[in-house]
Amino acid sequence: MTEKAKREYKTVEHGPYDYRNDTLHPVVLKNYGKWKHHDNPRPGVLVSVAESGDVLYTVRAGTARQITVDNVRTLCDLADKHSEGYMRFTVRNNVELMTTDESRIDALIADLEQAGFPVGGTSNTVTNIHHTQGWLHCDIPATDASGVVKSMMDELMHEFRHAEMPAKVRLSTGCCAINCSGQADIAVIVKHTRPPRINHETLAKTCELPKVVARCPVAAIRPTRVDGRLSLEVVEEKCMYCGACFGACPSMEINHPEHSKIAIWVGGKNSNARTKPAIMKMVAHGLPNNPPRWPEVNKVVKDILMAYKKGGRPYERLGEWIERIGWKRFFEETGLSFDVDMIDSYRMARTTFNKSAHIRF
Amino acid sequence: MSTKDNPSNSNGKFLNPTPILDDLEKGPWPSFLTGFKKLAERTKKTMIRGVLDQLEYSYKTKMGYWKGGLVSVVGYGAGIITRYSLIQDKIPEAKEFHTMRLQPPPGLHYNTKMLRELCDIWEKHGSGIVCMHGQTGDLMLQGVPEQNVQECFDELNRKGWDLGGAGASVRTGASCVGPARCDDSCYDTLKVHYEVLKHFTGLVHRPEFPYKLKFKFAGCPNDCVNSIMRSDIAFIGTFRDAIKVDNAEVKNWVQKNGMDSLVNNVINRCPTKAITLKGEGIEIEDKDCVRCMHCINVMSKALSIGSDKGLSLLMGGKSHLKVGSMLGSMIVPFVKAETDEDIENLIELLERIIEWWDDNAFDHERLGETIERVSLKEFLKGVELEPDINMVNTPRDNPYFKAEF
Ligand code: SF4
Ligand code: SF4
Repeated sequence: MTEKAKREYKTVEHGPYDYRNDTLHPVVLKNYGKWKHHDNPRPGVLVSVAESGDVLYTVRAGTARQITVDNVRTLCDLADKHSEGYMRFTVRNNVELMTTDESRIDALIADLEQAGFPVGGTSNTVTNIHHTQGWLHCDIPATDASGVVKSMMDELMHEFRHAEMPAKVRLSTGCCAINCSGQADIAVIVKHTRPPRINHETLAKTCELPKVVARCPVAAIRPTRVDGRLSLEVVEEKCMYCGACFGACPSMEINHPEHSKIAIWVGGKNSNARTKPAIMKMVAHGLPNNPPRWPEVNKVVKDILMAYKKGGRPYERLGEWIERIGWKRFFEETGLSFDVDMIDSYRMARTTFNKSAHIRF
Repeated sequence: MSTKDNPSNSNGKFLNPTPILDDLEKGPWPSFLTGFKKLAERTKKTMIRGVLDQLEYSYKTKMGYWKGGLVSVVGYGAGIITRYSLIQDKIPEAKEFHTMRLQPPPGLHYNTKMLRELCDIWEKHGSGIVCMHGQTGDLMLQGVPEQNVQECFDELNRKGWDLGGAGASVRTGASCVGPARCDDSCYDTLKVHYEVLKHFTGLVHRPEFPYKLKFKFAGCPNDCVNSIMRSDIAFIGTFRDAIKVDNAEVKNWVQKNGMDSLVNNVINRCPTKAITLKGEGIEIEDKDCVRCMHCINVMSKALSIGSDKGLSLLMGGKSHLKVGSMLGSMIVPFVKAETDEDIENLIELLERIIEWWDDNAFDHERLGETIERVSLKEFLKGVELEPDINMVNTPRDNPYFKAEF
């Protein structure tokens, strides 16, 4: 009999962990749904004021996202000491501890910093980077994720701690060209430059042929026979090296130490504040995948951020700044160069053409 | 997990040298590597040593070395992300490195007791490496050998934890901080997240769809969880009545920030020019306001959301694969989500939508792609929703449709 068959415990399909089961700070619970206004007195500190008059201070700190039980226990110790035994995470891997006692904020900040969690990441800072799994854990990555983020945040530490940007800045990285690659003010995403390399020996045995054919966004894959064996081939004139097929079939290797490059996209925005949400646009590509510090990529990210910091007006998100000054000036201010591959050639291309006589000199 | 076979290397250290990775221990930002190394040295877990060796090898060769597989717990078809090393011959200690995706509490609110319990169970059965959190919203326990998966899950499950989605299933949800701490929250994001995911829990655990389906819950149009980009069905809070204006507080704000800031940063930045200066205060033409949240964000004390609150449903958000990045688009402009009955009605609508998608989608097609391919018109007919001008930017600009005779 197998282990599993002997098992007597019966699973309970809980769904999400039940938040009503004591996950909320007592002041949060008391004022749930009855908050009046909030403020951001200094970077890393938020203050929430309730209708009841209660005031709650939240201190936000960055984490590495890939952490350990030791890190979590350290945070638990700090939460027990300062935050009544409660803590919260933001979707961008920051941790938040809460106190009602204004005089304890400095001690709380000092303890977080001492434990290696830098305080910041609120309002007009560059906050923690949304990222993927990379070489550490994903099965299709062309680059790493945690290492890219670590190298980038090391360079952006000042911007994480100081709210000096025109508006909030959200960054993300993605380790393949098509999947979870984030959407943000600036997104760093893999871009391959060669078609997949097909292993005809294993392909038909490991992959479902029709599914792989259907996966290609430009219908570049078709069935074939190689040495009498059923397989697939890629029409190279059509293929634009996205790697979607590799996700469906490990015998169509797209990743390559030199040919897999990195592209940078800007102006994504999910908030509805002011302008409508927007998808980011590609402004640099062909950058080398250069571990452990990706200096070429980080330079471009920094150049964009510094140009935006200098030129953006208050409350203008990166994409809104570009909309005002125009793409021509964006390329001038950042020192990047526009090239023909930045002109869309896919299905919605015409929606990006300038159908007007508006030009900038 | 076995820690038997863990001879120290020639330096007398447990870990092997990782000269390339070690560079990532420098610099001011918290280093994941330092955390991993400390954990490995303390627990002597050979899996972590193997994973660091493999990561070093990836940094050296600029390639990844994991492949997927099929590991699950009894009764479930999703929730464990299986990883076997492709270079086991070189690095046998990294042979298995499976992840357990857990569904955290909505809003990511925790107490320390539950986290300590989680850490103890996880350290006993797995590597002790934790990801807080993945982009979909899972709390990920990374690094468990297949033989420990069931026991680890059972122990966690007894403490109230459950697995998240993977593959062609309803995925783990994500919600903003919501009414727990935010004065802008137009509905109870935590409750709606909890009720919806609880209702669809069977579809989280047993993938049976054309592809993945994600829900995200944002309390207001600021969309702090990026629901419009990162979920097939985005619940975005909004309100029907006017923004509340406290002109005494507007005056205080102007005293502090200046009249130029009121004009430049608030009035001029309203996307529909709904705000006018009136004496020493402002007036908002409610019919022109699109609920973008900008003015409320800037003047949190003076302006606040209305009282007739609910949510909008936007559908179709996704990343590049396959037809390019898509933002969710407006499908249900306003629905109440206060009473249990409201939430039941909402879930009933979701069921209709999911069923339609399941019936109509091609393999590996996300909801937004199916809607685009068959047309919004067909979708509305299929799920019995009335067309609404809020669904489009403009009426059509071509004559290519079947007009009724
Ligand atoms: S890499 Fe992309 S474009 Fe090329 S064959 Fe594969 S799926 Fe098609
Ligand atoms: S999405 Fe809206 S309600 Fe939710 S935290 Fe952000 S501002 Fe508050």
